[in-house]
Amino acid sequence: MSIFSKEEAQKLLKKALSYSKAEECEVALNGSESGNIRYARNAVSTAGEISRMSLVVSSSFGKKTGTASIDEFDDASLEKVVRRSEELAQLAPENPEHMPLLGPQEFPESITFVPATAAITPDTRAEAVAKSIQVSKDAKLQAAGYLENSTNCVAIMNSKGLFAYNKDTDVVFSITTRNEEGTGSGYAARGFNDVSKLDTFSATRVAAGKANGSVGARAIEPGKYTVILEPVAVAYMLENMFFGLDARNADEGRIFMSKPGGGNRLGEQLMDQKVTIYSDPFHPELPSSTWNREGQLLTKRNWIEKGVVKNLSYSRYWASKKGVDPVPGPGNIIMEGGTESLEEMIKSTEKGVLVSRLWYIRMVDPQTLLLTGLTRDGTFYIENGEIKFPVKNFRFNESPVIMLNNVETLGRPERSISVESYRSYLVPAMKVRDFTFTSLSDAV
Amino acid sequence: MAGMGLGALALPKLPFGSRFIDEAEALQGGMDVATQKGLADVALNTARSGGATYADVRIGRYLNQFVITRENRVQAIANTESFGVGIRVIANGSWGFAATNDVTQDGVARTAAKAVAVAKANAKIITEPVQLAPQKGYGEVSWKTPIAKNVFEVPLKEKIDLLLQVNGAAMTGGASFVNSALLAINEQKYFASTDGSYIDQDIHRLYPNFNVTKIDKASGKFQTRRSLSSPVGMGYEYLTPTPESKVTGIVTRYKDRYDILEDVKNATADVAQKITAKSVEPGKYDLVLDPSHLWLTIHESVAHPTELDRVLGYEANYAGTSFLTLDKWKSGNFHFGSKLMNIVADKLQPGSLGAVGYDDEGVRCGKWDLVKDGVLVNYQAIRDQAHIIGLKASQGCCYAQSWADVQFQRMPNVSLQPGKERLSVDEMIKNVQKGIYIIGDGSFSIDQQRYNFQFGGQTFYEIKDGKIVGMLKDVAYQATNQEFWNSLVAVADERDYRLGGAFNDGKGQPGQSNAVSHGSATSRFNGVNVINTARKIG
Repeated sequence: MSIFSKEEAQKLLKKALSYSKAEECEVALNGSESGNIRYARNAVSTAGEISRMSLVVSSSFGKKTGTASIDEFDDASLEKVVRRSEELAQLAPENPEHMPLLGPQEFPESITFVPATAAITPDTRAEAVAKSIQVSKDAKLQAAGYLENSTNCVAIMNSKGLFAYNKDTDVVFSITTRNEEGTGSGYAARGFNDVSKLDTFSATRVAAGKANGSVGARAIEPGKYTVILEPVAVAYMLENMFFGLDARNADEGRIFMSKPGGGNRLGEQLMDQKVTIYSDPFHPELPSSTWNREGQLLTKRNWIEKGVVKNLSYSRYWASKKGVDPVPGPGNIIMEGGTESLEEMIKSTEKGVLVSRLWYIRMVDPQTLLLTGLTRDGTFYIENGEIKFPVKNFRFNESPVIMLNNVETLGRPERSISVESYRSYLVPAMKVRDFTFTSLSDAV
Repeated sequence: MAGMGLGALALPKLPFGSRFIDEAEALQGGMDVATQKGLADVALNTARSGGATYADVRIGRYLNQFVITRENRVQAIANTESFGVGIRVIANGSWGFAATNDVTQDGVARTAAKAVAVAKANAKIITEPVQLAPQKGYGEVSWKTPIAKNVFEVPLKEKIDLLLQVNGAAMTGGASFVNSALLAINEQKYFASTDGSYIDQDIHRLYPNFNVTKIDKASGKFQTRRSLSSPVGMGYEYLTPTPESKVTGIVTRYKDRYDILEDVKNATADVAQKITAKSVEPGKYDLVLDPSHLWLTIHESVAHPTELDRVLGYEANYAGTSFLTLDKWKSGNFHFGSKLMNIVADKLQPGSLGAVGYDDEGVRCGKWDLVKDGVLVNYQAIRDQAHIIGLKASQGCCYAQSWADVQFQRMPNVSLQPGKERLSVDEMIKNVQKGIYIIGDGSFSIDQQRYNFQFGGQTFYEIKDGKIVGMLKDVAYQATNQEFWNSLVAVADERDYRLGGAFNDGKGQPGQSNAVSHGSATSRFNGVNVINTARKIG
């Protein structure tokens, strides 16, 4: 078993630290138990169970740091890994950006661990998948899907007396259903800490509805459209922006948060007033750890507030250089929404496109955050408040910053996963005007 | 997908559970072959006695070394080792897999039993039993990447000094920022299967690279230019330049040896020129694509859609399916491209990232045609797919990124063959009236069936009436796959043939990374749609 309790982790880390002769030493324990099952063509294809644990030791002499790690935990191995990190530290060049370790801190207990998720077995996974396959067969579709659960524990301790421990569980599920002819495709994705919230049956029904509804797609001209993006599309579209909330990169002039002429955009109204993005370790739908790997406390923090850039993350080094308080990066990302349902958003749309999912998003220009990618698995034309017909997929070239200036309405926030990174976000569906589609794709 | 990371030079994400080790330890041999054979037999016997009809075991020691720098400092040095065992079985007709870092007799036996339990749980939801192409056992064999100089044996200081010299050259030349990195991988894999193979392999890969950034203070705009190096299946000798490995022209490009100090000077000059370059007028252009760029287009538009698992629907939930459906292949006359399009799959090509002796299910590797004279003729298959396209044996395309991941179909090196008629790049450009010459890979995106794609690049040169007239910026081209390859009108001859490659090609669930090379010579595509990517925010 690779998951230690708080007490077990504390005992092991104390023992490892007791071998240290460095000026500063930090030890970190990572353990993981995970299982997965993958299926396609209405049958399971691959599945596995993986168990692993490792200990990472960082020792510093002045501004010289060495790091070593081990996956054996007897006394001799613990001493060996500490010595090795000390030897590496002596060989390393001085790092002018080295920061001293933090002292003791109080961290509240997180709400990221759910016992039911930790108890998942290969049979539980197979049963969940069997339900999904049945829905697909009943709808005369081919299902391809993936279910993965993991339990992780992480603990850090340092020679200045800091100790932190967290345990979390996670389950992600995604499903694509396609018809035999290859003319219709639908998708759904879910992510939770608590597996009891996962319903593979209803998620597959959503995907099946999209698959059958997308048959007979017509081509419409690319151009600027009002679009309604479902949460799974929003999460993927905004992810690149979430990663760019860093003061140093902005101050250095190399991201969209850089201010022309120098500095960053803190305090600027960069987006529509309806846009508020924050992180909160205790959000019940998307909890996170209450501390990060540097031993900093994570608290509720607004990044974008009513369209104004409220916070950028400052590493401890960059904060000291700029004379400000360090701001740890977000542990989770939540975007406030509105009250409208997807149906209401469609109803209030005179002419537009409903986008179920986006695909293969890549950066075209980091200074404007221009992204390109495509729609996928259910794209529909809306006219006079109704879905009229499915349309062929589009390629888009659009910046999420420009998009968040063009927000018309927001739906209720839902936990969704990015279809590429598999990170979870809590984001609303959104209606935006002037979204730029640049070409058509024949892909289904 | 080539490269799933967001930043070209972000600190590489270590495989989960990798541990940091010192240099001396990296050079120590891992577990000896006899011990590995003994443990492998424990796994195979446990699986068999648990009811498995087939089993394979991979004992892997994966060494990585990353040296990451920016400007005048080293940001990270990491030597990592990951050691463990992955066991795959067929029981009751279904696959099962389990992995552990507990490489003891007990740990291996427990994991083999777990793999059998997973297979049996899944057997309830299969439609038909796994059908494996027959594979003879090779007995005890071995293979090693033919390297001249092991990266792990080069003193760390030498590597740090080289990268800091690269950075120094950029900063002296007027760059605002520079990042550089040296990434080295050594996979020591021991494979055994119930077919009677015991295969010991030692595989090396290297990727030196940099990214130069220049900020124009007046406008607040910035431009970057990445290195024109390629990740390679070679040792440190790749970083010893030779005159014959250089391709001269508008900028020097490289074959099997790389001059990183020369390239960074060129990049620093390029990035300054990019700031003041003309923004492209959108429209149709004839594109002249350098191999340092074209490799990525081949990767996305040809190599991925010829993966048989995509064609069959096994990747439908993630990477997608393929427009190259079986009916097109069966027709024998699906014209993917013009007659100049000859695409070869090759798992043996020297210096390439995909070169190995045997794949990760014990199949000896080879070479075959995918597209011949423009017509689709074959796919990339593994043992449990071979029968679907009428093959009697696997094509050896099975790979797992580590011991902790299950092996599955991954692409071999997939390359465009050089033109048969003598043609230089200069001669090719002479005939272009309105065109753009693109060097280096940039932004890339393609749909889930590989019809519609968009690519950027590192540097773009405008061609007017047969002459290069200046640099362009804000360039990306969009095309429909089959149309694009049918617009291929010229391919330079073998003198210009070079490999590019992806160090981290992502596919599968859970996601796995694969390294693969793609060769080509400079090629001309007529009448491709070019868009302007400049925007304004705030």
